[in-house]
Amino acid sequence: MTSQGNTALKTTQDAPQSDIAVSVRNVSKIYGGAIHALNDMTLDFPRGQLTSLLGPSGCGKTTLLKIIGGLLDQTSGEILVNGKPVDGPGPDRAFVFQDFALMPWATVIRNVAFGLELRGIAKSEREAVAEKYIAAVGLSGFEKQYPHELSGGMRQRVGLARALSVNADVLLLDEPFSAVDEQTRRKFQEDLLALVEHEKKTFIFVTHSIEEAVYVSDQIALLLARPSRVSEIIKPDIDRSISPDALRRDPVYLDTVERIWSSLRSYVE
Amino acid sequence: MDKHLTSARALKVLSIIIVFCAWEYAGRIPVSPAFPTFLETMQGLWEITIDGSLLRAYPETLKPLILGVAISAVLGITIGVAIGLSFKVEWFASPIFVVMQSAPLAALIPLLVLAYGIGLTSKVMVVCIMAMPVIVLNSANAVRHTPTSIKEMGRSFLGSPMEIIFKIILPSAAPVIFAGLRLGVSAGFIGAILSELLITPTGIGDVITYNQAIAEYAKMYAAIFSIIVLAVVFLDVIEKIELTLFRPDKRVSA
Repeated sequence: MTSQGNTALKTTQDAPQSDIAVSVRNVSKIYGGAIHALNDMTLDFPRGQLTSLLGPSGCGKTTLLKIIGGLLDQTSGEILVNGKPVDGPGPDRAFVFQDFALMPWATVIRNVAFGLELRGIAKSEREAVAEKYIAAVGLSGFEKQYPHELSGGMRQRVGLARALSVNADVLLLDEPFSAVDEQTRRKFQEDLLALVEHEKKTFIFVTHSIEEAVYVSDQIALLLARPSRVSEIIKPDIDRSISPDALRRDPVYLDTVERIWSSLRSYVE
Repeated sequence: MDKHLTSARALKVLSIIIVFCAWEYAGRIPVSPAFPTFLETMQGLWEITIDGSLLRAYPETLKPLILGVAISAVLGITIGVAIGLSFKVEWFASPIFVVMQSAPLAALIPLLVLAYGIGLTSKVMVVCIMAMPVIVLNSANAVRHTPTSIKEMGRSFLGSPMEIIFKIILPSAAPVIFAGLRLGVSAGFIGAILSELLITPTGIGDVITYNQAIAEYAKMYAAIFSIIVLAVVFLDVIEKIELTLFRPDKRVSA
């Protein structure tokens, strides 16, 4: 216990608070005493950037995201958010769920404002904030609709607006586009880039799609399974100023996709 | 035009008309001299209404019924939700209700009479034994099967355990809890009549047994018919309450 406290202090001093938003220090997660979902993982997430956790299924990427979000407890190691160790959900992090996790009995605006509702913000105030982010994700006019009246892509926009409206420093996205059809997905990825640019937040993004990771990320952490570990950190050196269509044909983009695939290839089977 | 013929209301009315016609036909064959036609039954209903016997009977029947259903609903939903939230409560409480649900009530009634006499208490107990298990077990199931991701959502957006129960788990479980409540209320109606037939003939049970004894079968069936109508109306009211209070989304789509 004491030794853990000491490392916390040390790492706080080591990591300059301004560049690293989330820091994962020697985190392990063991399920039922035998299954090693994460094995002594150490990883930094630079502030204001989008970092993807990319890897084959079973590499522990969702487990890591849930531990950062405070939804799961790590078996050992620690998570620092803005230099402070965390053990549980906090106002500095907001989660976007793979299956959207919307409340089917609540309207779009209540769903989006729900994070603020749980924080005890007055109704008029929280709805004004929700209204702003509903517009930001392109859902104006749908405030009074229920989730079952929306398409999958629109539902995830609601989930995204809910996460944005609590104004957390760090957004955690758990395969947010995997339940969305391909066309919507591409539009979503483009919107996400604009959002990263505009919101100045730290995004941690779990995906199993190499193309998606390369397209949206400032930094990609390549995770491998058995034993689960960070095999490589890749920073795609892509010029973001060019148009989305040009980007998808950009040689750097294509080379990076290829490079990741060749390092993953040997682990797929 | 077609739309009107296949609308929800039209189909419901049509189904009722078919049942009444079949009843009328079966009464005219006749199936048994003790089986009156639909029209005779309606006339019997009219007679027991104007001679005041229905009006005198219902307060007697409704007392144990409403008391029993209210106790079962409040206690049943509370216990059911507690069972759904905690495995410890489940291990402790759930066997009682599983046993209660499968116990043959008619065999238990003599014991109840022995313990609580022939008054209101016994009858309320019968209603509760009928109504409570299904309410408890449905509520427990509904709460236990709340989708994990919306509970995680509540936690990650900093909901307190109480907020997660009242703002997420209960609304999510409401449809199944109410389904249990409707089943429980119908069972409670059965219990109320059963207790009046098996313990002491009071209220509607008295109207049924009395008219059976003097071979006024139309009036006997009329009494049974009236209690069925009451049960259906009651269930409809519960459904309306559910949709208004808990599931505005279903109300819109319906």
